Amino acid sequence: MINIQEVHETNEMIEQEKLDVRTITMGISLLDCACDNVDELCDSIYAKITTRARDLVATGEAIEREFGIPIVNKRITVTPISLVGASACKTSEDFVKIAHTLDRAGKEVGVDLLGGYSALVNKAMTPAEELLIRSLPQALAETDIVCSSVNVGSTKTGIDMNAVELLGHIIKDIAHATADNDSYGCVKFVAFCNAPDDNPFMAGGFHGVTEGDAVINVGVSGPGVVSRALDEAIGRDFEFLCETIKRTAFKITRVGQLVAQEASRRLGVPFGIIDLSLAPTPAQGDSVGEVLEKIGLAQVGAPGTTAALAMLNDQVKKGGIMASSYVGGLSGAFIPVSEDKNMIDAAANGCLTIEKLEAMTCVCSVGLDMIAIPGDTTAATISGIIADEAAIGMVNQKTTAVRVIPVEGKSVGDMAEFGGLMGYAPIIPVNQTSCEAFVTRGGRIPAPIHSFKN
Amino acid sequence: MNKAIITVVGQDTVGIIARVCTYLSNHKVNVLDISQTIIDGYFNMMMIVDYSAADESFGAMAVELESLGEEIGVRVRAQREEIFTAMHRI
Repeated sequence: MINIQEVHETNEMIEQEKLDVRTITMGISLLDCACDNVDELCDSIYAKITTRARDLVATGEAIEREFGIPIVNKRITVTPISLVGASACKTSEDFVKIAHTLDRAGKEVGVDLLGGYSALVNKAMTPAEELLIRSLPQALAETDIVCSSVNVGSTKTGIDMNAVELLGHIIKDIAHATADNDSYGCVKFVAFCNAPDDNPFMAGGFHGVTEGDAVINVGVSGPGVVSRALDEAIGRDFEFLCETIKRTAFKITRVGQLVAQEASRRLGVPFGIIDLSLAPTPAQGDSVGEVLEKIGLAQVGAPGTTAALAMLNDQVKKGGIMASSYVGGLSGAFIPVSEDKNMIDAAANGCLTIEKLEAMTCVCSVGLDMIAIPGDTTAATISGIIADEAAIGMVNQKTTAVRVIPVEGKSVGDMAEFGGLMGYAPIIPVNQTSCEAFVTRGGRIPAPIHSFKN
Repeated sequence: MNKAIITVVGQDTVGIIARVCTYLSNHKVNVLDISQTIIDGYFNMMMIVDYSAADESFGAMAVELESLGEEIGVRVRAQREEIFTAMHRI
């Protein structure tokens, strides 16, 4: 029988250490909505989302009440809209209509974000995919909860440099279109390499074409719980440290698994995956940076940061995988600068640079995430950053991503405010040496060789 | 049997257990076990209850017990047992 110490430990994690389920995300296939008339398409999309996800938020809230565990976000992902709208959309404005439909449908069912205004162009862009990408500044400026992603490369296909080059301009345009709001539109867009089909986290979540009609994916969190557990490991060796992280990750994930199964049963939608991620928030004590500092760094960004993060990421996975029947999504430690108190501090005082962050992305779950850069950064430089990050993902067979915000009108030392879970970030310097001739060559970088690994 | 865990944390005062138990009895919730201890200087009580015959949904009772706690001046939480077994039992 459960004893009082175990109950106390669980409730302490929830109340003091901010253990929560970060998101229940319902993936919904929109492939069956496709038709050649954009208005009919929008009607079917609206009907399908509002029917399938009608009870999502209420179910999430009921689970919260009954188990006493906060479920911070309820979200929806849909099939990449570039595919759904390919035959109906003849102009970028047609795609924007779909974005408005998604925004209305998501708000109708009460979710906080909806992802999948996306294109998968890892080898090349179709005309429809290019139209969707070109619609992004308007679509993201005119909608509130729609999130977008573009997959520009993969280990199997190489990197579509035409898309990378275009995205540099598009990100600048999104920043301009939402300039009144610290270029907030860029917060809702991420460029990927090796994007997973079942990611429940935003902005990069979409419902992959290999998925079923609907699915429940759950993202767990809990950097605060790991951080607290590490208080016991101060001065101990790596063996003890790793065991502590694994044990904690196991416990956190078991809660995610329980919530996922319960949500799946109540909604009558199959359970997909648990995403084992340490996702920070800007709140004190809910920081991946703090975990790295407890491992032994005076401040995140110091030499040793990459090794500490590699170890942390691996132990989280080792502990979490045992606790769940299906693991997927991004799974690992997130390092979104603006959403992590200790990383914000380190970026502000120059200890954490974009170059160090790039090195960290070689070993963590995603990539350059929620980084505010000077508004006058050129499109070519942003393309160069995306190309570098995509190359890391392509060669290392992992997911990498770029979500940078060139905050219009702000420069190094200023602060950008995104609000809520998206947090705030100091504008950090970017190497502005030109890479224009490189990113504008046209064509694609071929897939890497999969042998002779060195 | 549908088991839940009710915890009460706060300053000890007269009648806490009585009021929680009165609420449970009014709603046909059966108390299976009670234990209590002091953790970090706070009164901690835990009850294991069976709510399979309850006359109200568990979610609604959890909300009402929380308000009852606020009236008494302690933190009362009612949670389904599965969250604890998931975390602490393999």
